[in-house]
Amino acid sequence: MADGIEGKAPSFMLGSVAKLVGALRAGSTWPVTMGLACCAIEMMAAGTARFDLSRFGMEVFRASPRQADLMIVSGRLSHKMAPVVRRVYDQMADPKWVLSMGACACTGGVFNNYAIVQGCDHVVPVDIYLPGCPPRPEMLIHAILELHQQIKAEPLGPDRAKVARAVEQAALNALAPGETARPVQLNGAPV
Amino acid sequence: MTAQPIAPAPDTDFDDAAFVAAAGGDWSDVADEIVRLKEERVAINMGPQHPSTHGVLRLILELDGETVTETRVGIGYLHSGIEKTMEFRTWTQGTALTTRMDYVASMCNELTYVLAVEKLLGLTDEIPERAVTIRVLIAELTRVASHLIAVGTGGNELGGTTLMTVGFREREEILRFFEMVTGQRMNNAYMRIGGVSQDLPPDALAFLRGAYPRILRGVGDLEDLLMKNPIYRGRLVGNAYLDLTGCIALGITGPMLRATGLPFDVRRAIPYCGYETFEFDVITETTSDAWGRFMVRMREIRESMRIVAQCIERLEGTPGPVMVADGHVAWPSQLSIGPDGQGQSPEHVREVLSGSMESLIHHFKLVTEGFRVPAGQVFVQTEHPKGTQGVHAVSDGGTHPYRLHVREASFNNLQATAALCDGGTVSDVIIGLASIDPVLGGVDR
Ligand code: SF4
Repeated sequence: MADGIEGKAPSFMLGSVAKLVGALRAGSTWPVTMGLACCAIEMMAAGTARFDLSRFGMEVFRASPRQADLMIVSGRLSHKMAPVVRRVYDQMADPKWVLSMGACACTGGVFNNYAIVQGCDHVVPVDIYLPGCPPRPEMLIHAILELHQQIKAEPLGPDRAKVARAVEQAALNALAPGETARPVQLNGAPV
Repeated sequence: MTAQPIAPAPDTDFDDAAFVAAAGGDWSDVADEIVRLKEERVAINMGPQHPSTHGVLRLILELDGETVTETRVGIGYLHSGIEKTMEFRTWTQGTALTTRMDYVASMCNELTYVLAVEKLLGLTDEIPERAVTIRVLIAELTRVASHLIAVGTGGNELGGTTLMTVGFREREEILRFFEMVTGQRMNNAYMRIGGVSQDLPPDALAFLRGAYPRILRGVGDLEDLLMKNPIYRGRLVGNAYLDLTGCIALGITGPMLRATGLPFDVRRAIPYCGYETFEFDVITETTSDAWGRFMVRMREIRESMRIVAQCIERLEGTPGPVMVADGHVAWPSQLSIGPDGQGQSPEHVREVLSGSMESLIHHFKLVTEGFRVPAGQVFVQTEHPKGTQGVHAVSDGGTHPYRLHVREASFNNLQATAALCDGGTVSDVIIGLASIDPVLGGVDR
């Protein structure tokens, strides 16, 4: 990203461009069809006539991750499915966002057991969490609209890379409850 | 297929253009390759993330050209450990897990489960009549919703999105009723051991009476879209054939079995919940193909609606409790809608807290620890929208199941995939699968 034309533009110009790009991106966020469990039925319901997701420019659920910007992890994620979800995420082109739909995708939900990944954020970086079991289609639409706000405000170019690095660093430095310090390691060696 | 080095295009002699060089080799090379590859097969992998596999199902297809020579089914991508988790929850909590198995027909799963536990408890005949009728009403509406999804998503997978939108539109009517009654659209956990979690709200039956013609009109729309569409007919008739012998050998039940002409329906064969007192026909077709299966589903919707109408009649004349009188089992709760959503009604809480200390202790023990179920084992089956669903419940006399196994019709029916798809074309695999209508939550549990 930083190597593109945005990398060379003066920052005042980049501000207006970022706004424009943000609005364009938010207006055409295409989700990938990533139906997992019960929540997927509500996700499908959100696309049908009564709720009509197409009002927000996103009725096209893309079967190919290459053409999608948003992954809705809709439902419980089993350990067997986790690598598949990660692969789908990796196949999506940047910029991409992840919506974790339902109690199961957020935390494991009622399935506190050996089979289910206790929150899909173990596998993919989540941009917005949507609790509920299952969340109503209206709630899904609300979450998506919230995400649109995030997308609009997202910085562009070198700023975006900076923000991403800061977030990553914060995640690396985050301490588990009860932990006082954690040596940061990269490829097994302390840095 | 072995990797084949791409032959460099030969020097083209324009003066004497005897052959045409195409990218990747000469046409004769291509023809030779086809001859050589005759012995080999192309294996393609469909799913688990594929919009047409009805969820997270993985199909491994071996192809010879367009023809499928071998179909293998990979399941387990939605395994949620439900049966195991239930061993660590009380019997009452079990409903909340069973409802999440086949999530398209939640409350039919719950019904089988509570019937099994009630049989273990010896309570089967003590369930109040109103509760039984509510159960039948809810189960039939669930069947309608499930069949609507089966037909709608089946149509969607064949490329007809309108079928899906119409199917979901009518399902919404039913979900509105469910929401009124249970507080949830899906995963309702409405059935309780000993009855149902609460009575119908006062205006629910009037609402259903109003929605009834709308649902039927939508079903009519769907029938028109489905039965009169020549493309749909052309793709479905004679496709994904499996006759009675095959179905019996593979343990297939439900609409798939009835599409071969055998009128086997647990509601008639081994009646439960008083189904013998309801008027309805067991729908059969004789074509044994995908078309027949969809027809059975469409016609079953109308039969279920007939039962629903009878339930409404009966419920209007049957007052009464919706929970057994036995205080050892009856769940002591009374839900109401407060300013912050559904919860225990304040009057009920006041009543419990102002009663005797002993009753409060009993209440507490019942809710936290659960009731004990006599040791033994039962097997109960019901007619689930997908087929015969059975629950095998084993109790060691404790407050939790010792083992609970569910015979999910989707799982058994999925065995037919290879029988339906082998020898057909790739595009017909989708039809075969859609006509089985498996729900992966039920298959993997
Ligand atoms: S959150 Fe609830 S509805 Fe969603 S997948 Fe989990 S159990 Fe199903």
